[in-house]
Amino acid sequence: METLSASGTSIDPVAIRADFPILAREVGGRRLVYLDSAASSQHPRMVLDAMDNYYETTHANVHRGVYAMAEEADRLYENARTSVGRFIHAPDPAREVLFTKNATESLNLVAYSWGRHNLQRGDIVVLSEMEHHANLVPWLALAEERGIQLRFLGIDDAYRLDLTGIEDIVAGAKIVSLTLMSNVLGTMPPFADIARLAHAAGAVVMADGAQFVPHLPTDVGALGCDFLAFSGHKMLGPTGIGVLWGRRDLLEDMPPFLGGGGMIRDVRLDGFVPSELPWKFEAGTPPIAEAIGLAAALEYLEAIGMEAIGAHQRSLTSYAQQLLNDRFGGDLKIMGPAGVDDRGGVLSIAYRDIHPHDLAQVLDQSGVCIRAGHHCAKPLMRHLGVTATARASFYLYNDESDVDALADALAEAGNLFW
Amino acid sequence: MSGLEDLYREIILDHYRSPRNRGELPSPPAERVEAFNPLCGDEVVVYLQVDDGVLSDIRISGQGCSISQSSASLMSAAVKGKPVNEVRDLIKTFKSMMSIHESHLGTGAGGEDRDGTASQDGEDRGGTEDEGVLIDPEAMGELAALQGVVKFPVRIKCATLSWNALAQGLDEAASAGDVGTTD
Repeated sequence: METLSASGTSIDPVAIRADFPILAREVGGRRLVYLDSAASSQHPRMVLDAMDNYYETTHANVHRGVYAMAEEADRLYENARTSVGRFIHAPDPAREVLFTKNATESLNLVAYSWGRHNLQRGDIVVLSEMEHHANLVPWLALAEERGIQLRFLGIDDAYRLDLTGIEDIVAGAKIVSLTLMSNVLGTMPPFADIARLAHAAGAVVMADGAQFVPHLPTDVGALGCDFLAFSGHKMLGPTGIGVLWGRRDLLEDMPPFLGGGGMIRDVRLDGFVPSELPWKFEAGTPPIAEAIGLAAALEYLEAIGMEAIGAHQRSLTSYAQQLLNDRFGGDLKIMGPAGVDDRGGVLSIAYRDIHPHDLAQVLDQSGVCIRAGHHCAKPLMRHLGVTATARASFYLYNDESDVDALADALAEAGNLFW
Repeated sequence: MSGLEDLYREIILDHYRSPRNRGELPSPPAERVEAFNPLCGDEVVVYLQVDDGVLSDIRISGQGCSISQSSASLMSAAVKGKPVNEVRDLIKTFKSMMSIHESHLGTGAGGEDRDGTASQDGEDRGGTEDEGVLIDPEAMGELAALQGVVKFPVRIKCATLSWNALAQGLDEAASAGDVGTTD
């Protein structure tokens, strides 16, 4: 199967799959059908090789050594920062791109450092009801600690953000922090429009890009965000590395998040002076190999082209919506926006009244990996009136045969339970 | 599909589709215990009425997967009307069954690749014998249908959810003075 992107470049998932060693394995004698990339994506050989090569030839701690090999490690690590900056069109990558453990830590960094530095009792923070726990809990903790007020954008019947009265909601807000793509619904809010309103109201704007950045061209300027958080392991990179991009003036003004080695200019027994950006926010030995692996992943994605990857995702999502609807009709509900204009390749499915865990268990027997659970979005689950959903998600190595396998496995589950 | 058939036995599906003792009891006087499985959102509420050392009535509400809901239904049918001491023994026996190593079940249904993982963890084996409870699936009646769950470790918590709630309910009933003896 080939998908043609708007720019004319095409994706060949079969050829792409050959680059991913894990996708050659079988589960119970069946081909692995991996439909859980929204939880964590797989790795092309070149990412694994980049990390192996680093460990085999160049490993040394960064920012400390004067010997040649340590300098090489340092250069690889800082080059990874530049790659990340280029990938998201950051104006000043060398200063503004911070490496963290994951998107969760990036969001926490902002809540703890920027939040504790800038928010007082009664200050308003605007979130939405479709946020991942990573963009809820740090703010809930801050609300408990210092009495900030949280306001939430709701969700309409079409699974989109309800923007009714948004001017009033963002009025007086200090920060607006929203997902770029819901990990449950696939919904992509009109982020740039919301950011404009938020800025007009004087708020700082943060984007949770964990689901968006792996799948679509990302430009922090076009999005209009002041902070952007995302994870390496959802975009072909290793676990243990995340990114926080922040506007330089905001980062300069923020106190350090974690204290320790690497993040200081001077330490005395009566105080310390933090280092400059970006190291001020990178206490301790950073995930060096992981940064190098992430840079390799970005290189792989860029070679294929983010436009083409985005187009492939839309094409596959559209195919899945149509196939599941044709085959199961009213027995199956997709909890997410119709169409593909403002949604990603994340399909939360309710099939008859089979519990998502039973569904995932039965699908596993067909080698089909989907995720069942609350997807770290319990307030959203409550809004949807469910305790869990079964979620299939797509990436560049998936194609129509994977969607067909999903549909066949769903039919088998139906036979077992009815 | 053999492993799956062990998990979703007909008795289990029957109790899932037509749960027994579904509903609520006025509380008080009944004990009401909620149990959640935070991993998957399963939720079971157990209502129990203890009179003169006998579990005279039990009702189940809540929602969740087939394993959590059928286990609760099977449990309610097995314990209703039984003396509390017998119920406690049954809880112990059931929980032992859920922690026993699958190769000790003697069902001959040892999974291909799951064997390797499980044989590394000898703790479960020891745990079963520590309890001093001998598992005789024959004596467990319909509850034995749930033993296939052991092959799917992530689902064990689903099966034991309602049993933990029942144990807690009995403790609460005992401390409330309704029951004279506890083990």
